[in-house]
Amino acid sequence: MTLRSGLDTSRLVGALPTLPKGRLAENIVHFVRVLRAAGLPVGPARTLAALEAVEAVGLDHREDFRAALAAVLVSRHEHQPVFEQAFDLFWRNPKLLEKLVASLLPKVYGRGEQPPEPELPARIAEAMLPPPDRSLPRDEEQEIDLDAAFTVSPREILQHKDFESMNAAELAAVRTMLRSLRLPLPELPTRRTRPAARGHRVDLRATLRRATGAAGTLTPLRWRERVRRTPPLVVLCDISGSMDRYARMLLHFLHAITNDRDRVHVLLFGTRLTNITRHLKHRDVDVALARVTGAVSDWAGGTRIGSCLAEFNRRWSRRLLGQNAVVLLISDGLDAEAGEGLSAEMERLAKSCRRLVWLNPLLRYEGFEARPAGIRAMLPHVDDFLPVHNLESLTQLAQTLEQAPARGMPGRLLHRTAA
Amino acid sequence: MTTIPVPISVDAVLALLDRHDYVADRRLATSVFLALKMGRPLFLEGEAGVGKTEIAKVLAAALGKKLVRLQCYEGLDIASAVYEWNYPRQMIEIRLAESSGHIDREQLAHDIFTTRFLLKRPILEALSPHDGVAPVLLIDELDRTDEPFEAYLLEVLAEYQVTIPELGPVRAAMPPVVVITSNRTREIHDAIKRRCLYHWVGYPDALRELAIVRRKCPQAPESLAREIVAFTQRLRAMDLFKAPGIAETLDWAEALVSLDRVALDPQTVADTAGVLLKYQDDIGALGPDVAARLVAEVQAEGIRL
Repeated sequence: MTLRSGLDTSRLVGALPTLPKGRLAENIVHFVRVLRAAGLPVGPARTLAALEAVEAVGLDHREDFRAALAAVLVSRHEHQPVFEQAFDLFWRNPKLLEKLVASLLPKVYGRGEQPPEPELPARIAEAMLPPPDRSLPRDEEQEIDLDAAFTVSPREILQHKDFESMNAAELAAVRTMLRSLRLPLPELPTRRTRPAARGHRVDLRATLRRATGAAGTLTPLRWRERVRRTPPLVVLCDISGSMDRYARMLLHFLHAITNDRDRVHVLLFGTRLTNITRHLKHRDVDVALARVTGAVSDWAGGTRIGSCLAEFNRRWSRRLLGQNAVVLLISDGLDAEAGEGLSAEMERLAKSCRRLVWLNPLLRYEGFEARPAGIRAMLPHVDDFLPVHNLESLTQLAQTLEQAPARGMPGRLLHRTAA
Repeated sequence: MTTIPVPISVDAVLALLDRHDYVADRRLATSVFLALKMGRPLFLEGEAGVGKTEIAKVLAAALGKKLVRLQCYEGLDIASAVYEWNYPRQMIEIRLAESSGHIDREQLAHDIFTTRFLLKRPILEALSPHDGVAPVLLIDELDRTDEPFEAYLLEVLAEYQVTIPELGPVRAAMPPVVVITSNRTREIHDAIKRRCLYHWVGYPDALRELAIVRRKCPQAPESLAREIVAFTQRLRAMDLFKAPGIAETLDWAEALVSLDRVALDPQTVADTAGVLLKYQDDIGALGPDVAARLVAEVQAEGIRL
């Protein structure tokens, strides 16, 4: 048996003389391979650790065996369910696995037909099959089939749109320009220091090291200054029908700023929230955007800003906003649920981040008024309210963000409407 | 301190933790056992108040080891986590050398960068045995520091050694037992997790939580303990921003005992909601009618298994 990484199983098992050998070892190696194929980041070093762990707990209790493998092979909470399912399938009756694989073999079924075993975790089943044909992007199709079961709103249109189809000459030109745009957020002082010619703190260590070299004479003081760093950036971008055109263009911009520096997270929302940071991390913009399209199913559907923000606040805010993050909310504020519960969620979001910037393409109109309920609910809680409809507004965005937040500005708009 | 032999099986770990009033589930015990047996750090992730830090404390007490705790915070640097030179003493040493009038610079530089002038901070402390026993190193809330410190930890966790430029590498003769906790306010880099045994510490099920309340708050009457556990278990099923952890359950049990309550009633729940829930929205969600309904359910059905 040979691992996909090219390592020979027998050699791997032979590496440590006390480790389990024979069928069990082979099965563990195979199990690790199944997990790897299912997307868990487990390398050969973990295989050795797994063998060692199993050797340590022994085989008396099935649950210990499970926990031992989990402790070594799982390193993210999200991977736990995948592991559990894989474990249950793999370490039950091997006959069952064979049956399972057999039942999956006629994998070609029509769109309307139900898969033979719908409850079967697709990732694992696929991982247990022989290596798939690499030329097919299976994931995309799989996710879309899966998503169909969760359809929320009648307005949500499950489309697999092609970015290429919006290809006009000037649009292409603008896109290229968007890719070179950067977003220089103002840097914040951190609690770390580094040596500097003139700082605010004496670098005793460096000074003393100097002093020993020139004992008896006066030694100049060495200094340290604070390291400055841009805060994390979290982008929440609306991809509902009314935002479609802008969102598509902005994705190129978002790809550029995601790859420009660390600590940038991008989430898209229409009727549900999708974190696309990992997809955008791909250097090649076309590959990245293709992956985004594969991952997102509610392109150009309805908007449920309130419930999407609620989901963000619950699932992501503590993990992403912890370190003084700046939030860019890109949305026209036109909410299908007419702003129900939106104000409370906006308030929570505003209170969890350092600065909340709302970019709204509707601001391009001269006489913009905060009429719709959604906008009225959101506006009081944002620090900045800026347009985002053309290249120029994006260029200006960088300059505006360099300045301190103009508090009260969005509120003024609200009063104008009320008056 | 006396050395206690490392437990030889998962059951032994369970028994050991149990003797020190830590009611662990079998899965956690397995992770702890493996961490001890394989000499790997234990990485515990989970919501606040589920007993992550407590594991390290209990382990130290149970194994008769010293607990060295490193509380992480933003900007944590080597000077406060690993070691620092004792600058005032070094300066005095230089002055003394000067006043003696006879200075060998090479010798002086060599003399003032020796262990005599080294202040040990938690990590270096953990690498040196105390009375021949390697300590338990608790790196608490790692998610509060920044990435550079994580990167530094890699060397420590992989080799159990730190490098001091003036002295060279300092390697632990006996590696410490390392417990790392994270509240997941950001993702810790995979490189750290890879070197550790990962365990997600979840909320306990009703039976285990009841066992914990009995153990940690014995003054609570059995019927009250059951109601408290049933209530918090139901609360966790609600759509809350921050569900109560075990720490909150225990605080609440103590609060109710202090108030001389023997059974739950809606008014008491409303008055003491701040012990369980720490967000105004959540307290708002537990309004009078919700509280009354939950109390009625709890008293009618008892603990839901």
